[in-house]
Amino acid sequence: MSSMPRTSTITITGTITDMFQYEFMNNAFAAAGIVAVVSGLVGYFLVMRGQTFAGHALSHIGFAGATGAGLIGLAPIWGLIGFTLAAGIVMGLLSERISNRDVAIGIVLALALGFGLLFLHYYTAFASQAAALLFGNVLAVDRATIAVLAVLAVITLLALCAIMRPLIFASLQPELAEAKGVPLRFVSTAFLAVVALAVSQCAQIVGVLLVFTLMVGPPAAAQRITSGLWSGLSVAAALALAEAWLGLTLAFYSDWPVSFCIAMLSAGGYFAALGASSWRGRHAHAGVIETPA
Amino acid sequence: MNVVELDRVTLRVGGRDVLKEVSFSIRPGEFIGVLGPNGSGKTTLMRAILGLLPPSSGQLRVFGRAPKRGDAAIGYLPQVRTVLPDLALRGLDFIASSLNGERWGVPSFSRADRRMIDETLALVGARDLAQRPLSAMSGGERQRLLLAQALIGRPQLLLLDEPLISLDAHHQEVAIAVVRKVCRERGITVLFTAHELNQLLVTLDRVLYLGNRQAALGTVDEVITAPVLSRLYGTDIQVVHTQGHIFVMSRGHDVEHAAHQHDHDHGHHH
Repeated sequence: MSSMPRTSTITITGTITDMFQYEFMNNAFAAAGIVAVVSGLVGYFLVMRGQTFAGHALSHIGFAGATGAGLIGLAPIWGLIGFTLAAGIVMGLLSERISNRDVAIGIVLALALGFGLLFLHYYTAFASQAAALLFGNVLAVDRATIAVLAVLAVITLLALCAIMRPLIFASLQPELAEAKGVPLRFVSTAFLAVVALAVSQCAQIVGVLLVFTLMVGPPAAAQRITSGLWSGLSVAAALALAEAWLGLTLAFYSDWPVSFCIAMLSAGGYFAALGASSWRGRHAHAGVIETPA
Repeated sequence: MNVVELDRVTLRVGGRDVLKEVSFSIRPGEFIGVLGPNGSGKTTLMRAILGLLPPSSGQLRVFGRAPKRGDAAIGYLPQVRTVLPDLALRGLDFIASSLNGERWGVPSFSRADRRMIDETLALVGARDLAQRPLSAMSGGERQRLLLAQALIGRPQLLLLDEPLISLDAHHQEVAIAVVRKVCRERGITVLFTAHELNQLLVTLDRVLYLGNRQAALGTVDEVITAPVLSRLYGTDIQVVHTQGHIFVMSRGHDVEHAAHQHDHDHGHHH
């Protein structure tokens, strides 16, 4: 920082304080920050287990829940949480295998979106909120929502910590985990419930269609950058946070939608990590002669 | 005391008797080669020993008591290894996940755990794998990592389910040599399932041959005979000895080799 020309430092500090003069930006930074960390951490395990598609499906089911809640006069977030949580638990109980079946999940996903449309059809006053649900509206987040998100984040992370050890074991080596006494079905069900909670929070920021930007992009990039467990989790959370906040900043100055900015940064981060790891891989192998053990 | 003892044990999976009224006992420190056609109950037997499948009748004893799930005295290398091919997690964290992996909470491992992992990796010549991501390992390297994992915690009984599968001939020999060395040194009892007898001939103490819901346990000379194998395969079997190799033939075909080929094409259905 000290090597930077003095004038540009002043300009940057000046404009950044500009951004925080608005309460909606402060709220957006707080909400996006909480949600990004949760998404990065939960998403790390989603990617490790190869269940990203299940996470995507949960968010679509959440859309039906949110519009359904609007129909009966509830706040959308409760419908979102209720539906994703129920769907996550059902998917977990139906067995490990079914929650990994692309076709079954895809059909349920489409059905859920269809129901979302039906609920919107009967509750037309809610239609203006549909875009916010689908693509997020972090700039409209108020203090009360931040409080709800913070409580949900604490619950989600506590639950994740409680099951983390058997979750990792069961994800990496299910047969051995079963032999050592890990209740596989319970662990996978509990994990999908955690994912459901994380998806509900994530949808508040980037919308149900773009939960991948925070839940899959940063963790997938993190797993390309580092192969350690704790370093991977840290990088996933840090990347998600950086992408969310940078996205907000970018949106503030460019007037582009926030979710677009975050989606762009998420994709950029992932492909950069992919490129870096394959470049590293090529250069690591160039000097090594494969020797049979 | 016998390490594993079956007294008229019947193991039933999905309404079908896989083993019916089978009796045998395995002594401490024995290296048992477990052979038999696909579906003959090799994996099922291991699951029963692990306490995952209670016998539908008869008495099964492991270390003199009823098998219990999560027994730390048993090291296990499962057959279906669902290692995600693209998993970029390093070997150390992969192995560490199995240390007390059944406990709730956040994973952590002590300096002593770390030393134990390190020693076991060195034992199987896999120390360099600790910092390498799984996605960058060859089949042979992954197998060594899994073998190291099965040996952690100094088990007295090692159940290795098809540890040679997906390895080339050279790495198969290396894997057998490592298991033999470690288990002789530590007096570990081994149940080692395989498709081919010949690779194990010099290593094994006795053969457990499964087939036709029955089992035969004994030395190679006792078990690998036309009458015993004809009973286990339920068809006419010839045993051909040539140049230190033994071939189990049915109507001119090598049955072990045929089973092996079949596996590579269609996977397992145990």
